[in-house]
This record gives sequence, structure tokens and C-alpha cells, in this order.
Amino acid sequence: MVEVKDLRKEFGPKVAVDGISFSVAKGEVLGFLGPNGAGKSTTMRMITGFIPPSDGRVTVGGFDMAEQPVDAKRLIGYLPENAPAYTDMTVHGFLTFAAELRGLSGDAKRKAVDRVVEMCFLEAVLHQSVETLSKGYRHRTCFAQSILHDPPVLILDEPTDGLDPNQKHEVRTLIRRMGESKAIIFSTHILEEVEAVCSRAIVIDRGRIVANGTPAELKRRSPRAGVVIVRFAAPTDAAAKLRTISGVESVDPLDGEPAFAVRGRNGDLGTAIYDLAVSERWKIADLHAQEGRLDDVFRSITQPDTKEVTAR
Amino acid sequence: MKDSLRNIGAVVRRETIGFFASPVAYVFIIIFLLLAGFFTFMVSGFFQRGQANLEPFFVWQPWLYLFLVPAVAMRMWSEERRLGTLELLFTMPITPWQAIVGKFLAAWLVVAVALALTFPLVITVNYLGNPDNGVILAGYAGSLLLAGAYLAIGAMMSALTRNQVVSFILAVVVCLFLVLAGWPPVTDLLGRYAAPWLVDAVASFSVMTHFQSILKGVLDSRDLLFFASVIVFSLFTTSVILRTYRAG
Ligand SMILES: Nc1ncnc2c1ncn2[C@@H]1O[C@H](COP(=O)(O)OP(=O)(O)O)[C@@H](O)[C@H]1O
Ligand SMILES: [Mg+2]
Repeated sequence: MVEVKDLRKEFGPKVAVDGISFSVAKGEVLGFLGPNGAGKSTTMRMITGFIPPSDGRVTVGGFDMAEQPVDAKRLIGYLPENAPAYTDMTVHGFLTFAAELRGLSGDAKRKAVDRVVEMCFLEAVLHQSVETLSKGYRHRTCFAQSILHDPPVLILDEPTDGLDPNQKHEVRTLIRRMGESKAIIFSTHILEEVEAVCSRAIVIDRGRIVANGTPAELKRRSPRAGVVIVRFAAPTDAAAKLRTISGVESVDPLDGEPAFAVRGRNGDLGTAIYDLAVSERWKIADLHAQEGRLDDVFRSITQPDTKEVTAR
Repeated sequence: MKDSLRNIGAVVRRETIGFFASPVAYVFIIIFLLLAGFFTFMVSGFFQRGQANLEPFFVWQPWLYLFLVPAVAMRMWSEERRLGTLELLFTMPITPWQAIVGKFLAAWLVVAVALALTFPLVITVNYLGNPDNGVILAGYAGSLLLAGAYLAIGAMMSALTRNQVVSFILAVVVCLFLVLAGWPPVTDLLGRYAAPWLVDAVASFSVMTHFQSILKGVLDSRDLLFFASVIVFSLFTTSVILRTYRAG
């Protein structure tokens, strides 16, 4: 649905987005990750046609954003960063206006507004001025605006920013549910969100894509991924024997505990350790393989001098 | 075409709601009526003149509008930039022109309402004497065109900045310039130093020259063309400014 090719944006001498290409299909939820100033918002603004790219092109549903902007924009629902909304209107007035710009009128317009009001829990503030809304409600109002016309493409810039934990959870559930039938791109810097919602994630840093994969694939890049922790019931000097397991690369004792972190290429490290322990009659208190952690990956690939994780 | 009108209509409705939700429209209309009344009756001496026409009402309008109309226009784009709603508006399936024209028309509508509310003056002169209602109608048309020109200039200036005060001051300065270039005291002064053709050339760029010509009761195509050009040029420049702003 969305194709982005060699997208580039310069603000004066500053390169905000430096050659980004990817595509998102229907049924995909793409998470856009990156530190502040990485160029997430700028990329989204180019995809939605708000700012013209310095170079590269965006097509949405087959329409080129530069050549047929109105046709392309019709397919998109967009929640800009910080959820802007007209402060001099009521929530209902604002949504009605958005529906009219989306080409809805009469009954269809009323139904569309009613539907998003219900979906986003806005009944309580429907006739309240946007100016007086709390941040959470304003955010939801702007979000409601983006899904009014049930668009096939949804672009959400930090959709959970400023929401309380319950609201965050609701929005994530909503995104995941809508992701089954739409192409969704959303940006965030909350990593757990990526795991909870995305089918794929792109990490960008200083305007470039530094990683692109499913959350599971990304996690496997973590130095922690696949490390097996074994904790014995009583102190042992198992380290030397553990090192003899085939494929083991390192065995590190954990501080103050009869436990070791075993790192290796052997896919069945856990089983091998268990078998060894049984034959050596060591009592195991705990044996588990560590999951990779996205924040490790994130930190290692978005920092300037620690690129070895990406290189591997 | 149908889509285009529908989109412009939606923008006009939204802006009108905005004008009447904030006190801008009411303040403008009330102050306009009070000041128009003050100038017409106290300064021009409407009743003392003993003439059945609305000239004492119309002659002040280039000055009256000078401060009031930029106040209506100042929020037009500044507020969109400040709130970030420009990003919403320009990612909707409408063209920038539809948004620009819609906003301009809504502001014009507010001025038109204020102007229409001066109808008691028309009734009064018709009651007291036998005025040439064609001239009065031309006066109203000229007044509306004048306000349109100021509004378009105000729109252009408000696209330049997110600060409404700055946008207001810039608009007043530009409009003042367009008034002064054809104001007799200024043209007389210029006439002492410059060739008459130059003075005429400068004056032909003034809203004053064309407005006063319309007040005489003839809607000359040159005067209409002048106001139309100012409006189209300013709105076009608005679109260029907004495009540049979006490009960063
Ligand atoms: N309109 C603009 N003018 C100049 N620089 C900008 C503009 N918009 C964004 N930038 C710069 O581009 C970079 C990327 O910004 P942004 O896309 O907002 O990052 P993110 O959303 O990932 O935090 C930042 O360094 C920012 O300062
Ligand atoms: Mg951002």
C-alpha cells in the first residue's frame, strides 16, 4: 500500500532524512523506532504529503504523492505528532469538519462521526471545546479524526505519547486490531510497544535505516539473546565442565551466586546443560534461555561507535 | 469542480464557526459599526450636510478598514501554524487553493455581514431625501472590494508568521502604503518633486485612487480589475509562502 523509495530531506545544510526506502503492505503494522531527532516525523510528513521530499518518491495505493496528492491523501489517515486540533471548535464540530473534508456528507457523515466517537470513547466530551480538553482526550480526538473514513493506510506519529497506561493499552489494542485490515505505520520510542503491536519494525538513526525486521528478528541481534542461565542449588565448580559442551563460547559466573551465563552457538544449549548436570549429579535450581532485549539492540545500533551488532 | 466547491464550503463553514466562536467576529462587527457611526455622524456631519448620499460614510472606510480588517485576517494562517493544524489541513484530500480560498471567503463574509448591518443608513437617506441608490450600491461594492484587498493582504502576511501580532502589524503597514500612495496630501507632496506621470503611476497602485473612483458611482472595469488583481496576487503569494514554509 505504501512505497517509499530513496526518500531524502534536507533542511538547509542539515540532512534530516538520508535515503530511506521501505514498503508496507495491507495487514502489516510497521513500527518506526528511533531516538529523538532521528527523522521519524520528517519521514511521516513526507509520506502524508505535508512536506515535499528533497529527493525520492512516495506512492500510496499506486498514487504518486507528488503527482496525484489528492488521490493519495484520500487513502491515508494521519495523526500528526502532538495531535493538533482546532482549539476554537467542539470535539463534535472538529470531527464533522474532518468528515466533510474527507468527502462525507449527510447520513454517512453522521454515522462516521458516531462510530469514531464510540471507538475512541469521546462521548463525555463531545460538545466540549477542544481548547479545554485534557491531553489524553485531545489526543484521542485527533486520533478519531484519522480513522473517520476508515482509511486503508494509517500513519500515526507517536500515537501513545502523553496517554496514561490504560489509554496506552487501549490505543495499542486498537492499532493491533486495525492492523489486520490496514497498512499501518506508527512511530514510537517506547520499545515494549513495538513488541506488543508491530509485525515489523524499522529502526532509524540520524536519517538512515539501521535495522529492519520482525521484533523477534531484532531481538535476536541482542548480545543477550540465546544466553542460557543455569543456577545450581549448591555451589559447584561447574565452569570448566560447562566449557566442554560443544558450541559453547563462554561461561561467565554470575556474581555471588552458584550460577553461570553460558553463551554459545549450539541451538540446544539448554538440553546439553541439563544432560551434563544430570550425569554430574548437580542439582539445578533454575535453567532458562534469555530472551534478547529490544532496548539492548536499540541502544547498540543507534549509537555512533557501537555498530558491531549491525555488522554481525 | 463539485468536489472543489464542497471542500471550499467545508473550509468556509469551519472558519465561520471559528470567527463566531471566538469574539473576533463580534468585536469586529460592533467596533466597525460604532466607528462607522462616529465618523459618519460626528466627523463628517451626515445630517448637517443636507445631502442625500452616503459619501460621509464611505470616505472613511480606507482608514477604518486599515486597522479593523487586518485584525480579522491576522489569525488566518498564523493560528494554523501555531497550533500545528496546518499539518492536518494540508494532509487532507484537498488542494492548498481550496483551503486558501475558503479561508479568505469566510473572512470576507464576516466583513460583508458588518457592512450589511449598516443598512439603516440607506433607509435613513432614502427617508430624508432622494439619493441615487445606484451610487450607494456602487459604494457598497467598492467597500467590499476594498475590504477584500485588505483581507487578501492580511492573509498573505499571516502566512508569514505564527505570531498574530506580527502578522497584524505587517498587514497594517502594507495596507497603509497602498492607501498613502494615492492619498491627495501624499500625491500633492510627491507632485512637487516628481514628474506627473510618476505620481500617477504610483497612485494607480493605490487602493485610494480606485476606491474613490468607484465612489463616484461608476464601476469601471479598470477599478474592478485592480482590486481583483490585488486579491489574486496576494492569495497566490500566500500559496507560495505556505509551500515554502512546508518545504522547510
Ligand atoms: N522544519 C524543520 N526545519 C529545520 N529542521 C528540522 C525541521 N523539522 C525537523 N528538523 C530537524 O530534522 C531532524 C529530524 O527531526 P524529526 O523528524 O522531527 O525527528 P523525530 O521525529 O525522529 O524525533 C531533527 O534534527 C530536527 O531538528
Ligand atoms: Mg517526532
